[in-house]
Amino acid sequence: MARLQIRNLEKVYGNAFKAVHGISLDVNDGEFMVLVGPSGCAKSTTLRMIAGLETITGGEIRIGERVVNNLAPGQRGVSMVFQNYALYPHMKVRNNLAFSLKLKRRPKPEIEDATRAVAGILEIGELLERLPKQLSGGQAQRVAVGRALIKKPDIFLFDEPLSNLDAKLRASMRVRITDLHKRLKQDGLSSTVVYVTHDQTEAMTMGDRICVMKDGRIMQVADPVTLYNRPENTFVAGFIGSPEMNLVDGSLARNGSLRINIAGQTLAFGEDLASRLTARDGEAVTVGIRPQHFSIAGRGEDNALEGRVSHLEFMGHEVYLHVEVGGARLVVVVPSDRYDPADIADERIRLKPREEAVHVFDRETGTNVSLSATTGNASKLGG
Amino acid sequence: MAEQAAIASPRDVDIDRTLAEGRRIHAVSSAVRYAVLAAVGFIMLYPLIWLIGASFKTNAEIFSNPGFIPLNPTLDGYIRGWQTSTPYTFATFFWNTFLIILPKTIGTAISCTAVAYGFARFDFPGKRILFASLIATLLLPNVVTRIPQYLLFRDMGWLDTFLPLWVPSALAGDAFFVFMLVQFLRAIPRDMEEAARVDGANTWQTLLFIVVPMLAPALISVCLFQFMWTMNDFLGPLIYLSSVDKYPVSLALKLSIDTTEAFQWNSILAMSVLALVPSLTVFFLAQKYFIEGISTGGLKG
Ligand SMILES: Nc1ncnc2c1ncn2[C@@H]1O[C@H](COP(=O)(O)OP(=O)(O)OP(=O)(O)O)[C@@H](O)[C@H]1O
Ligand SMILES: [Mg+2]
Repeated sequence: MARLQIRNLEKVYGNAFKAVHGISLDVNDGEFMVLVGPSGCAKSTTLRMIAGLETITGGEIRIGERVVNNLAPGQRGVSMVFQNYALYPHMKVRNNLAFSLKLKRRPKPEIEDATRAVAGILEIGELLERLPKQLSGGQAQRVAVGRALIKKPDIFLFDEPLSNLDAKLRASMRVRITDLHKRLKQDGLSSTVVYVTHDQTEAMTMGDRICVMKDGRIMQVADPVTLYNRPENTFVAGFIGSPEMNLVDGSLARNGSLRINIAGQTLAFGEDLASRLTARDGEAVTVGIRPQHFSIAGRGEDNALEGRVSHLEFMGHEVYLHVEVGGARLVVVVPSDRYDPADIADERIRLKPREEAVHVFDRETGTNVSLSATTGNASKLGG
Repeated sequence: MAEQAAIASPRDVDIDRTLAEGRRIHAVSSAVRYAVLAAVGFIMLYPLIWLIGASFKTNAEIFSNPGFIPLNPTLDGYIRGWQTSTPYTFATFFWNTFLIILPKTIGTAISCTAVAYGFARFDFPGKRILFASLIATLLLPNVVTRIPQYLLFRDMGWLDTFLPLWVPSALAGDAFFVFMLVQFLRAIPRDMEEAARVDGANTWQTLLFIVVPMLAPALISVCLFQFMWTMNDFLGPLIYLSSVDKYPVSLALKLSIDTTEAFQWNSILAMSVLALVPSLTVFFLAQKYFIEGISTGGLKG
């Protein structure tokens, strides 16, 4: 039972490179927290500081009520699963699992019971007498998870545990790990997880909450739905969601009604967006619209963006349209059953963004200026 | 077979014929290859074979019969060689060699592992300079340090003891071995050690339970090298040992050449053969690990 509190955590490496710039993060007891971000954003560095494998050069980490900054990894009550499994190559699976308990000089029968229990949960019972090199990738990863599990730690740390597996196996391991997390929680065991990945699908499907990082800074911490619907800045908006959110330069005019100039064409917006908006008149903004949040406008409708379809991808259940509007390229996703080739006349198409799903970002700082204070629309914007 | 030929179309027969042709050429070429290899191998081994053969000849026959098969084999060389012209038998000399090799090899294994682990895995002030000086001693010709070392050991009162022969090595004095282990360790990912630390192992437990087993192939090579080099070391014992009862095998072989006016070649050869036995035995016993140790810099995933 433990929560994890990180306060103003900093990391300066030996070569004076500052990898982590004072981040603060709370992970509640039993929560599945995912750290996600592009390569090199210091996810691993942060995780390794929690584990105690990397010295902390500033700030504080608390596990439960203890400040663990100067504790050895073994005394922090954490378990870690590594990307390449890191099984001890000279020990049989059984001894890999039991190593931590043996170091604690637990009695033999207890170790035996614990090994059998963990092997049962992860279905590795028949592998106990094998050496790590005799295991497949998926089996090795299960052993690695078992080795973390057997310690009954306060906090589980995962560093991209699935990235060495093929897509199919990854999907099944994803489910296995989330199931395991639920099961631990039900059994009243400690189940706080910090899970590092650069794969947004993993992040969205597994995390109770997601912490999006960039260059050693936290961009946003939120649950998956909020992250998708209310990104706080252009980075999160672009990082979460597939295909990426369209981000186009625009400018704002508010005389009477709200008008936004997007890539040279002006669209009028109604009260929904106007009331959310905290940007001032004339300000340079970036407009963000997800590919899924366009609808195709009929010939007669005004107040739509007109563009040229340069490219069309049929994905089965949906169709991706690559549309050039002014100088900008937009991606539009249309469900296959709603796609009608007649909408495209002479390569030209007219698009209408769903107003309640339009985001406006300050072009300079990248912060979302269309969130307003109320949180009402999070649920309204299903997808 | 006959049935098959009957069914086979003319085209198939053609293909069969070319395949058979190919197989024959292949067989001939590999026969040639093996013959050449065997011949070269024989040339390489010839001195050794001759040595073994000659150790069973009489003194006179060694010079009269150039072949390596003795005409009237005799154990004379072995019996007289073993007794030597000194009051000691070769048993004493083998025992002396053993007394030097054992602490030296074990000491080398332990000390070099600890030092290499330090260099490969920890950051400490002055690490670069210390490692550079370690490599520098590797490049230093042995001769340069002989005299200062001799004076040092003389002042310590270690002359005519085994100590100067093994103590420096047992304190990681052989830079080559440290270097070899450092290189080997660098090729092993740190993840396993980090996993062990998260599992609650301290530095020494990590070294003992995780690093040493992974280092095993390299460590075995280190021990083998040390064993063979010490077995063959002539200069060290020559400089530091003066009493005959402390001579190791390498010096004792020379002894039989000095003392008699007419050399008993067959006993010298017989004792040389015996001197080869330990090295060869150990080598063949550990061959598998030995070759693994020098050919792989690390572990496969
Ligand atoms: N030992 C080190 N010395 C100096 N800089 C380092 C060291 N380790 C990592 N870095 C730097 O710190 C930054 C963060 O690295 P980190 O490994 O935490 O990234 P990451 O988010 O885990 O990336 P990935 O998704 O590729 O694993 C990178 O810019 C990296 O170059
Ligand atoms: Mg990483």
